[in-house]
Amino acid sequence: MAKAQVQLISEEGLRHDGRRPDELRPIRMKVGVLSNADGSALVEFGKTRVIAAVYGPREPIQKYMVLPDRAVLRVRYHMAPFSTSERKSPAPSRREIELSKVIRESLEPVLLPEYFPRTTIDVFIEVLQADGGTRTASVTAASLALADAGIPMKALVGGVAVGKVNGVLVLDVDEVEDSAGEADLPIAAAPDIGLITLFQLNGVLTRDEIRAAVNMALKAIEYIVEKEKEALKAKYEF
Amino acid sequence: MPSSQRRIVAPGDELDPKVEAKEPYVVEVGGKKVATVVGLLDYKGQKPSYIPLEAVYIPKPGDVIIGLVTGIGVTNWFLDINSPYQAVLNIQDFLGRPFNPATDDPARLLKIGDYVKAKVLAFDRTRNPLLTVQEDGLGRITEGKVITISPAKVPRVIGRKGSMLNMIQEETGCDVFVAVNGRVHVKCENEDLEDIVIVAVKMIEREAHKTGLTDRIRRLIREERVVRGV
Amino acid sequence: MSVTPFRLPTIPLYKKETIMNLIAKGLRLDGVRTPESPRSVKVEVGVIEKAEGSAHVRLGNTQVIAGVKIDVGTPFRDTPDQGVLTVHAEFVPLASPLFEPGPPDENAIELARVIDRSLREVGAVDLNALAIRPGEKVWIVWVDLYILDHDGNLFDASMLAAMAALLDAKLPYYEEIETGEIVLDRSKSEGPLPVKHRVVTVTLAKIGDYLIVDPDFEEESVADARIVLAFDEQGRIVGAQKTGPGGLTTADLEKAMDLGWRAAEVYFKALDEALAGKTGGS
Repeated sequence: MAKAQVQLISEEGLRHDGRRPDELRPIRMKVGVLSNADGSALVEFGKTRVIAAVYGPREPIQKYMVLPDRAVLRVRYHMAPFSTSERKSPAPSRREIELSKVIRESLEPVLLPEYFPRTTIDVFIEVLQADGGTRTASVTAASLALADAGIPMKALVGGVAVGKVNGVLVLDVDEVEDSAGEADLPIAAAPDIGLITLFQLNGVLTRDEIRAAVNMALKAIEYIVEKEKEALKAKYEF
Repeated sequence: MPSSQRRIVAPGDELDPKVEAKEPYVVEVGGKKVATVVGLLDYKGQKPSYIPLEAVYIPKPGDVIIGLVTGIGVTNWFLDINSPYQAVLNIQDFLGRPFNPATDDPARLLKIGDYVKAKVLAFDRTRNPLLTVQEDGLGRITEGKVITISPAKVPRVIGRKGSMLNMIQEETGCDVFVAVNGRVHVKCENEDLEDIVIVAVKMIEREAHKTGLTDRIRRLIREERVVRGV
Repeated sequence: MSVTPFRLPTIPLYKKETIMNLIAKGLRLDGVRTPESPRSVKVEVGVIEKAEGSAHVRLGNTQVIAGVKIDVGTPFRDTPDQGVLTVHAEFVPLASPLFEPGPPDENAIELARVIDRSLREVGAVDLNALAIRPGEKVWIVWVDLYILDHDGNLFDASMLAAMAALLDAKLPYYEEIETGEIVLDRSKSEGPLPVKHRVVTVTLAKIGDYLIVDPDFEEESVADARIVLAFDEQGRIVGAQKTGPGGLTTADLEKAMDLGWRAAEVYFKALDEALAGKTGGS
């Protein structure tokens, strides 16, 4: 689909909000934000704000939903009706169903489900405010909430989206850049084990552009996961 | 009090290869020892040790635990043992003789909401853990209070060679039993003392990773006793 | 809510070893293919006369039918001068013991959305040419994917079917009557649906340290993860999705783009053969 050409990169090479192409928005992370959940986290990338809660491992409420040799992971990605400019219907959309799946599959590579057979680990994610990059912020929040719940993980996962705007690759796209951009490449990864665990492309890129975008994202994710570790350790300050 | 001998590690952090593997909290990933939960790396002993600060309780045969009765079946009770797995206690075991449904009413023996001190008889993860009360000191808890804490904090409440627990008991004269599943049974002369112990245990749970905790807990107990006049 | 699959068939433990040992020798379970080659692929167009476009694809034992239906409707508010393209997938229960009747599950939704995005982003169908009265009446193009037999790699088979059906599709003849209504006569045609770009997807499965092209059902079942890459004819990547519970390294991704493009050329050739003698696209 041809997109209206909007000028989003200035002559100085800066973005509409003044960021450099490889600059993240201000990131905030906090764990243990909910009292009932076994683990929880609040994550902000600029105006994008996501909260995640983890319950489990626990006996499943639907008793048939089990595996005899490992835990089952259940993930729900959901957007609050007030999170977008126009009210979003609270009923799950096809987009939310797909994103719940890719987020689940971005977390499974780091879990050790074989230690908790016949249980479920539930991850509930609510997007409180959407300003681009909600799925990658969700992966980041879910990873933190799992760690806060004491669920053993081989590594933490973090995510960020790289976009292409006016022919330039830009890190951590917001809504303006996402809707006017030529491509959006959300990526999640576990840097400690060197795995990309979420990878989607919405748009058109050459192989060289994909290479550059992946490098840009992975560098940022290393920083994001470091921030996750800081947030987890902050709960236990000496 | 930052200490070079202790530091907090996060999931995915590589650990000193001398740290003992302790599944699922320390596992090998690609030939490296890795922490899987937030934990405390302590270099104080002869070799570095890793203490998980977050954990879930997985029953082991022989564990003495405290369960909360949550359901009554035809021949057994179901107990919440602060674990992903619900435990089962057979009525026959509780009675110590065959169960006769015509004369024995399980609802009169144990009620929903009762705490029971029991031993894990069997657990293989394919079926629910099975409990027994057929040993001295086990059975329904009739006195005192029970609180639930994170199972990861149990070793801290007990302390090195029981030092923390002994101190609490000496300072208060209370009888305190710390079950491995994160349930603490407190039995004292009066409720005020019980409340003091509970405040102390909650503080240990919150500050388990900090040093000098035994002295601070002792001070807390003494101050609370003055405040409450007990 | 997305849940770890808990009703998958049990695959014998040795199977993964066997598959990996074969790949190490450059072989596959079927004894015919190399790790880099897709299964035999057959594309047939015009299989459903009632549809404006249709195709039947066989990729090994996997079979998919795509039907294109075209109606007149109102455009979306943010794109008043464009037609509408909608992709929908049904995993009908006759295709696999794993499929149950009911609304599309997350796998069907994911499949449809990946194909939708890969067609949409590159502008495969010229939506700008599908306005009848801009802002009021436009062509609505429905692509319905029907999985008939599931032996793995539903993405590639479905994308081939969708692409072939779109290339096969004709716009129905229409007349504007006095009231301004548009009346269709489906027995006649206005000409082919304007298709500007051809797109195929190539799916690669990661099994242990290996990457293989076009996994069949057994290979998918033991795979750690899959990567779906959509290519246009210039070799640009016009869509991508990692699917399945595992992860990929950057080296995997690099190799996938390389092997994927080679397999894409095989798929494009199958499309060409199916459409030989037809004028697909404008």
